[in-house]
Amino acid sequence: MKLRRTAAALAEAASRAMFKLMAFWASHRGELLTLLAQHVVLVAVSTIVAVTAAVPLGIFASRRPRLAVPLTAFANIVQTVPSLAMFGFLLPVPLVGGVGARAALVVLILYGILPIVRTTIAGLRSIDPAILEAGVALGMTDRQRLRLVELPLALPSIVAGVRVAAVVGVGSATIAAAIGAGGLGEYIYRGLSMVDTTVILAGAIPAAALALAVDGLLLWTEHALARRRHRPTGARLAAVAVAIALVLAMSASAARRSSGAIVVGSKNFTEQLILGELVAQALERAGLAVERRLNLGGTLICERALTTGDIDLYVEYTGTALTAVFHQPTQPDPSAVFAAVRDLYARSGRTLLAPLGFNNTFAILVRGRDARRLNLRTIEDAVPEAPRWRAGFGYEFLERPDGYPGLARTYGLRFAEAPRVMDLTLTYRALAAGQVDVIAGDATAGLIKGLDLFQLDDNRRYFPPYDAAIVARASTLLRAPDARAALERLSGRISAADMRAMNYAADAEHRDIRQIVSGFLSGIQG
Amino acid sequence: MPGYAIEFRDVSFARSPGTLVLERFSVAVEAGEVLALVGRSGAGKSTALKLVNRLFVPDSGSVLVEGRDTREWEPIALRRRVGYVLQEVGLFPHMSVGENVGIVLSLERWAAERREARVAELLQLVGLAPDLFSSRWPAELSGGERQRVGVARALAVDPPVLLMDEPFGALDPITRAELHHEFHRIQSTLRKTVVIVTHDMGEAFALADRIGVIDRGRLVACDAPEAIAASNDPQVRRLLDAMPQVPVFGTRRRPPSHEAPADRRSLGGGG
Repeated sequence: MKLRRTAAALAEAASRAMFKLMAFWASHRGELLTLLAQHVVLVAVSTIVAVTAAVPLGIFASRRPRLAVPLTAFANIVQTVPSLAMFGFLLPVPLVGGVGARAALVVLILYGILPIVRTTIAGLRSIDPAILEAGVALGMTDRQRLRLVELPLALPSIVAGVRVAAVVGVGSATIAAAIGAGGLGEYIYRGLSMVDTTVILAGAIPAAALALAVDGLLLWTEHALARRRHRPTGARLAAVAVAIALVLAMSASAARRSSGAIVVGSKNFTEQLILGELVAQALERAGLAVERRLNLGGTLICERALTTGDIDLYVEYTGTALTAVFHQPTQPDPSAVFAAVRDLYARSGRTLLAPLGFNNTFAILVRGRDARRLNLRTIEDAVPEAPRWRAGFGYEFLERPDGYPGLARTYGLRFAEAPRVMDLTLTYRALAAGQVDVIAGDATAGLIKGLDLFQLDDNRRYFPPYDAAIVARASTLLRAPDARAALERLSGRISAADMRAMNYAADAEHRDIRQIVSGFLSGIQG
Repeated sequence: MPGYAIEFRDVSFARSPGTLVLERFSVAVEAGEVLALVGRSGAGKSTALKLVNRLFVPDSGSVLVEGRDTREWEPIALRRRVGYVLQEVGLFPHMSVGENVGIVLSLERWAAERREARVAELLQLVGLAPDLFSSRWPAELSGGERQRVGVARALAVDPPVLLMDEPFGALDPITRAELHHEFHRIQSTLRKTVVIVTHDMGEAFALADRIGVIDRGRLVACDAPEAIAASNDPQVRRLLDAMPQVPVFGTRRRPPSHEAPADRRSLGGGG
């Protein structure tokens, strides 16, 4: 009985999740198709290039066994490099590196080469020596033997390698979204940063289906080739080529991005996605063409993309720029930090626009109920209460030089017991549930609003400032003065409360970011 | 005095340094003659064959085909003059029987029509009905049929020389006897210069005009079958003693068996 009820509940939950997923796809039809097309193009192009490189390599290696060993060893090593690390290695490399589809293709090609080289060698080596000897003795030249005997006999094995390469490619291409190459990985990253399973599934399910479809198609080809034991006839090859070309052309036209547009980047967490979308919509409202390259995998990638011109602008935080980008010690004065960062950017041809209006620094949070009851406003106010409190901090906050140790020294804070270490995202709920009494969160976290938490003011200015501001390529702003005007209109318009509300709408209410942003812009611009 | 079709002059050959496979090996084969090279496995028989179609080149001495050193032959041209049949046959598994037989004709760019006619002729010659076999795959054939296809393929451009490396070694005794018979029939019409390698003295007696016995890379005897059968050389005797049954020449003098007439007829046809 209980079991049946559980099963029914599970089924209902599953169907509800399915419904949410369907609704998401329906409302993102165009985007889904574009991402799918980008994915197909990435995999198809990289696999085709990998085949054209790997088959000759395999032939070459199979004829010179001494070369085969180091060659396959090298290919093996390439294969073991995690794909995210590979993207990282390629970031600073000119021509093939950077962010965007080109760098993603390079990585996918490198990954595709190994299985094809391996199966090409295996296919050629597994041919009965008597058959090869017969070829020579019949008076075939080397080329004739390769074309008429060896390649046709190795073909099923080569296709098996292509199959592996293509399926691995579908998987690896999802990671390419981290460097702005697009594809279904965008949904996966977006979902991960929003902690929204529906969005993750919206990307993961089509990616898995694509992998299965590619695998099935190539498996069928492999069987057809093995069964026929025949040179594929010209007509059939042509038909397959035409079909592939058609799919590619369709995908390419769907995947093509508008040129000459201003490229807006963002890092890969909710607030950054919102800010990226906000900047993009603000530009669009000013009548400018915009290309979104949101969800880039971190500060370093955004910085590199801005340097190389892969993106024109993104929103950075002054404190992050000073420490992570320019490796300078931070300082407490917000305007000093802003001035320092603006100068440093200016030296490398970038312009830091005036801050957007909120400071995404660490926030010492308590329950709103406690703040009202004890009439707390600042961290200083809380010092006398602290010995009766338990604290819960994220690991990073406990370790960072601008984290807990300095905070305790600055304010003379002492808690009832040593602070508990917990996952940052869990601390908010732990505080609300009364498991701890004080936490250090993000000043703009949506949950502050959602869980009725209260941020104590850092009245001794212990935390360095992390004012959000748009950083853009100076050349872009010169080229498009309209864009500069539109961006400057955002200065000082986004308060910490605004940012919290938007983060809350995205993270807790799972509302669509485009709608959240367009609602906000209509509010401030009328 | 016409030159020999094939001549080994004092040939030594080592597959890798220090391991001589053939040592000061000399033998000459006249046009239209069938020479059998007999010896134990690893004696160097197959190596001798591969020196003829230049799969190998001698370390010292020389191999002459139609009076010309194999080193001077353009290898492809040489191989078109020398058909080669292996024990494993080496049929191309991805080509039909017809394509296998016609592959050299394709390489020589024969027109399709002429090629098909020649393939049919060749299949007929080796006793396979062209309309039944031409479109079949090698994997669908019996061992004997495969060997016939191998012979047809080797004969495609009518090479004057035919090299056969243990061609019937993997076949059952009945099929083998059948193919021996076929061999005589074909040879009686084509009169090729044939060098056949076998470890079976019985097969040598059944097929050859002359028998060369190889032991550890050296030619220890080379003579007409009757003389070999009567030899007192210990190496030759050892091979003779290893034969499962009494030599064919012994049976000749016995009351005629059911096989004898066929044998006599094909030999007679050849003479």
